[in-house]
Amino acid sequence: MTPPEKTIEIENLRLAYGVKEVIHSVTFDIYRNEIFGIIGPSQSGKTSLLRCLNRTIDFVSNATVSGTIRVDGADISRIKDIYALRRKIGMVAPLPVGLPLSIYDNVAFAPRSVGLTKKDDLDEIVERCLKQAALWDEVKDRLGTLGTALSGGQQQRLTIARALSHQPQILCLDEFSIAIDPVTTMRIEDVLKELRNDITIILVTNLTQQARRLADRTMFLCNGDCIELDSTENIFSDNPQYAKTYEYVNGIFG
Amino acid sequence: MNDTADSTLKNTLPQRQFLSIAMENLLELIIRLSGISAIIFVLAIFFFVFREALPIFFSDHFDLAKFLFNTQWYPTSEVNVRYGTFALTFGSISVTFLAMIIAVPFGLGSAIFISEFCGPKMKESLKIIIELLAAIPSVVWGFIGLTVMSRIIVSLTGAPVGVNLLNGGLILALMSVPIIVSISEDALKAVPDSYREAALALGATKWQIIYRVLLPSAKNGLLAAVLLGIGRAVGETMAVLMATGHAVQIPHGPLDSVRTLTANIAAELGEASAGSDHYHVLFLTGILLFIITFAVNLTADLVIRGIRRK
Repeated sequence: MTPPEKTIEIENLRLAYGVKEVIHSVTFDIYRNEIFGIIGPSQSGKTSLLRCLNRTIDFVSNATVSGTIRVDGADISRIKDIYALRRKIGMVAPLPVGLPLSIYDNVAFAPRSVGLTKKDDLDEIVERCLKQAALWDEVKDRLGTLGTALSGGQQQRLTIARALSHQPQILCLDEFSIAIDPVTTMRIEDVLKELRNDITIILVTNLTQQARRLADRTMFLCNGDCIELDSTENIFSDNPQYAKTYEYVNGIFG
Repeated sequence: MNDTADSTLKNTLPQRQFLSIAMENLLELIIRLSGISAIIFVLAIFFFVFREALPIFFSDHFDLAKFLFNTQWYPTSEVNVRYGTFALTFGSISVTFLAMIIAVPFGLGSAIFISEFCGPKMKESLKIIIELLAAIPSVVWGFIGLTVMSRIIVSLTGAPVGVNLLNGGLILALMSVPIIVSISEDALKAVPDSYREAALALGATKWQIIYRVLLPSAKNGLLAAVLLGIGRAVGETMAVLMATGHAVQIPHGPLDSVRTLTANIAAELGEASAGSDHYHVLFLTGILLFIITFAVNLTADLVIRGIRRK
């Protein structure tokens, strides 16, 4: 069996806000077309890690990043077209951020940013992404209304559609389900399982069971340290490598 | 179980005293009155100004159509008194228009720079300096217009006089820029950072974020900023009185002198004897000004509502 192809390689990544280091030298790889779960208590650096990936961390004025992150072999700290990198990585934030635009414009935002203006193409992208995010049937008759007027769960699916609109190769979901009801969550989880055939998914979640349901491999991150990274099966088994993992996964600690 | 909980509450918490309830009602009354007082003041001002203006409608020399649309303003003529304010209205509007052409792009640009591009230290100092600019008294601005600006205009354009429409417009622009900047900066600051981050994560460039996310979401605040700037420019008196040249005429170009409604009232009210037609007609000019500013505000309100409905 050939070793799986790496799409993201992270080496000795450290991140500090001011003098406080929040990620202490983590090293791991993410393989192509896997669902990579990241679990861990709050304040352990999960969101910060994602922000390093698409370099939106650059806009936090007191953040210092060291170590290397390679996406498809290219060191992102030296990358020239930062916007292309961000389009390659779709990002879904924990609380839905509907831009104050219509539903259609929300999804068409990224394609338009790269200069796609033909109505037919945009229509096609909007329809495809909204269908992928399981939102199309609910909004197809009112694409012109404000995205912020949708319900919380619909807005979250809108942000997922938006993250898919620039055809990312990597989709990062940061606790996407905290604002959505369980039924919709399950629908989106089904969508994610389908998407796995085409793209790599990084799933940050506080719901350990969600990682268990979806992820191929899971990393347990705690206070900025990678405690354990293994196949999801092993992480959630009765005897993972570290006792701390067992305690967190089973709700004894954390 | 619940009964015991209730009884412990009753025992430990003191009863509200009559005095504290009365104080609360009194405070509510005071706040209610302060709210309503705004309406009373506006109506009272309108009433008293209108009362001073009313007798002019019964004068033989007055004709409302001529008052609004005639350009001849000879209020003290012995033989043929004419009260046409069109040149004054046009003067006010043209000076304001010119000022806004200059001040709106500069003000918005500067607000965008302060809120999105410059570093924290630069931001602080710029904001302080802009507030200082807003604190300069209007008579000082008039003085600058009359001396510094007028000389610059004469030497640059070769105009016969330096106090003219251009001068007034520039001075008014300088006066309204600080207001436009500080209010639009507040409006941009009020746009949640999550919008910026979301757009950023979608691969948008700084400019795309500004014109496709920030400006649309801050549009109400930005419009309010522009309208307050217009309000300041229309209502400004002393600076335009000193900088525009004070000649009653329809200007043919930016280098012609003009007179505004406000400057006209300020300059002539002291000379008009109380109770004369001239005196009354100046009050009517005041009402005209009132109506113009009211129309501006109303349009703004309607525009904002229109935007919201979309």
